[in-house]
Amino acid sequence: MFKTPEGKEIFVIDGHTHFWDGSPENQANIHGKQFIDCFYAYHTNLSPTEELWEKPRFEKYSEEDVYRDLFIDGPDDMAIIQSTYLKDFYKNGFSSIERSTKMAQRHPERFIVNGSFDPRDGEKALEYIHYMKEEFDIKGVKMYTAEWNGDSKGWALNDPSAYKCFELCDKLGIRNIHVHKGPTIIPLSKDAFDVHDVDYAATDFQNLNWIIEHCGLPRLDDFCWIATQETNVYGGLAVALPFIHSRPRYFGEVMAELLWWVGEDKILFGSDYAIWTPKWLVEKFWDFQIPEDISAERGGVQLTDEIKEKILGLNAAKLYGIDVEAKKKQLSGAPVQIAAE
Amino acid sequence: MFLANLTTERELEVWDRLSAVSDPELDEPITDMNFVEQVEIFDADSVLVEFRLPTYWCSPNFAFLMAFGIRAEVSALPWVRKVTVQLNDHCFGDEVNVGVNSGRSFHEIFAENCDGAVLEDVVEKFAAKAFDRRQEVVLLAVRALVGSAEDVVSMRLGMLRKMHFSGEEELRQLPRYLDLLAERGLAVKDDDLAFPTWEGGAIPAEDLEAHLQRLRSIRINMEFNGAMCRGLASTRYHEVEIGPDGPTLIDFMAGRVAPRLAPQARH
Repeated sequence: MFKTPEGKEIFVIDGHTHFWDGSPENQANIHGKQFIDCFYAYHTNLSPTEELWEKPRFEKYSEEDVYRDLFIDGPDDMAIIQSTYLKDFYKNGFSSIERSTKMAQRHPERFIVNGSFDPRDGEKALEYIHYMKEEFDIKGVKMYTAEWNGDSKGWALNDPSAYKCFELCDKLGIRNIHVHKGPTIIPLSKDAFDVHDVDYAATDFQNLNWIIEHCGLPRLDDFCWIATQETNVYGGLAVALPFIHSRPRYFGEVMAELLWWVGEDKILFGSDYAIWTPKWLVEKFWDFQIPEDISAERGGVQLTDEIKEKILGLNAAKLYGIDVEAKKKQLSGAPVQIAAE
Repeated sequence: MFLANLTTERELEVWDRLSAVSDPELDEPITDMNFVEQVEIFDADSVLVEFRLPTYWCSPNFAFLMAFGIRAEVSALPWVRKVTVQLNDHCFGDEVNVGVNSGRSFHEIFAENCDGAVLEDVVEKFAAKAFDRRQEVVLLAVRALVGSAEDVVSMRLGMLRKMHFSGEEELRQLPRYLDLLAERGLAVKDDDLAFPTWEGGAIPAEDLEAHLQRLRSIRINMEFNGAMCRGLASTRYHEVEIGPDGPTLIDFMAGRVAPRLAPQARH
């Protein structure tokens, strides 16, 4: 719960968080080491100094850390934990649904744990989707189209094998498809985070919600264009949000574009924990206003309190069928416990 | 002593040439981005250039382009007999290093590494973006000084050359914009249009706002990359130490120490 300076309580769902193990013991090879190093560089690059973590804690943090950072020190009411396996890089996967679910069981009322699959696994991917539904009753999945798999260095949402998986998700009621579309990395000639495949998939699967994490940055214009055409495409603010600290004017420009094109009902807050912690992000976001001149260029769009409340929690609550009033009541009956340090 | 002086002088010449190599995605010189880690001269006429990108995962397209750009620029110095380019700590480092030092052509190497694709399209796409970004800065500055859209879009090159700007970004981008206009033959003579489109057409006055909107979205994307790359380059392999005054980012990378060999941060 975030409390505004006027004392108003704002319900917060952190739409993009992780419980990973990137420690040297779990790294399978140099790629595993470089992957967590890259995350750590994001952390050190965009965090305020007082929010910096030491490397060993960043590589592998505890269940207590998660609870404290998100719900005790942090303003989150609920968090969506995403799974990312990176099986070619990490012995036991980077963040598996099993490990995250075990962590979440300590406070099940506060977590939504999403699964993940790799359509290139063919039949096995379909079997795995069944397993995740039966075993964990997942409501959503996280897709990482640049993941390596043998000789393949990436895939697209509109690959035939991916369509088979999405058909099954639709049938089983796994409706929220979070897709990582962020900063450019490999493979060679093909840009695995190009956003155009979203257009096809969102058109062909109208029952599914497509939440594009990182808003496709640095392909914001392409993302905005697609999200404007498709009613079932949403934007997740993870990675865009930390710019609020280092380059607030730039963050204002990004928000103005998103509000103008995508709209206030389709933008979701996400801290990307543990790359960043939600406390400072939410505090700064609540204080933020789009600079006048930037707003004027985009029809006067502005981050009003009402819009911020939607972005911070109400929009995600709708996607995940959470009754906010009932949830608030439930959580106030089970207040955050101060963990023994 | 003479040899030492000569080496220093030649190193400076190499650095000067390297500043002409840009990151294609950011349109910034690789020397400004601190990508070049080391320049060494051997036997007076052999050059080694080592460079490193902000992450292990940076697009190999651009790694290839920069590596070959370095080779071309340094080879252009009259005294250079041999150039070795080395990309450090990159997921495609081996492929890039073997390719760039093989003496074979860029297109041959690139096609071999990505299923026969031609990189010219990528190069052209990013050249267009660089043009748009430079033009936006100059165009906004001119619009602030000149009243009507009509006057802005009909401005001639000779007039633009005579204008005085005060902003840091305008001063930086104006010569780069003029360079690209000349290089591409988009505007050469004084009475050529100062603000043609990348395709060489004129901007109709009534389309100026829409044109600027488009340039703005291109800039927003490029700025994201630029800010990320600068930040990541500056923090790569740096760790945090939490002392009595709270956390600070310490730089333990004296020379090029592999991070795991360096002392661990205290708990």
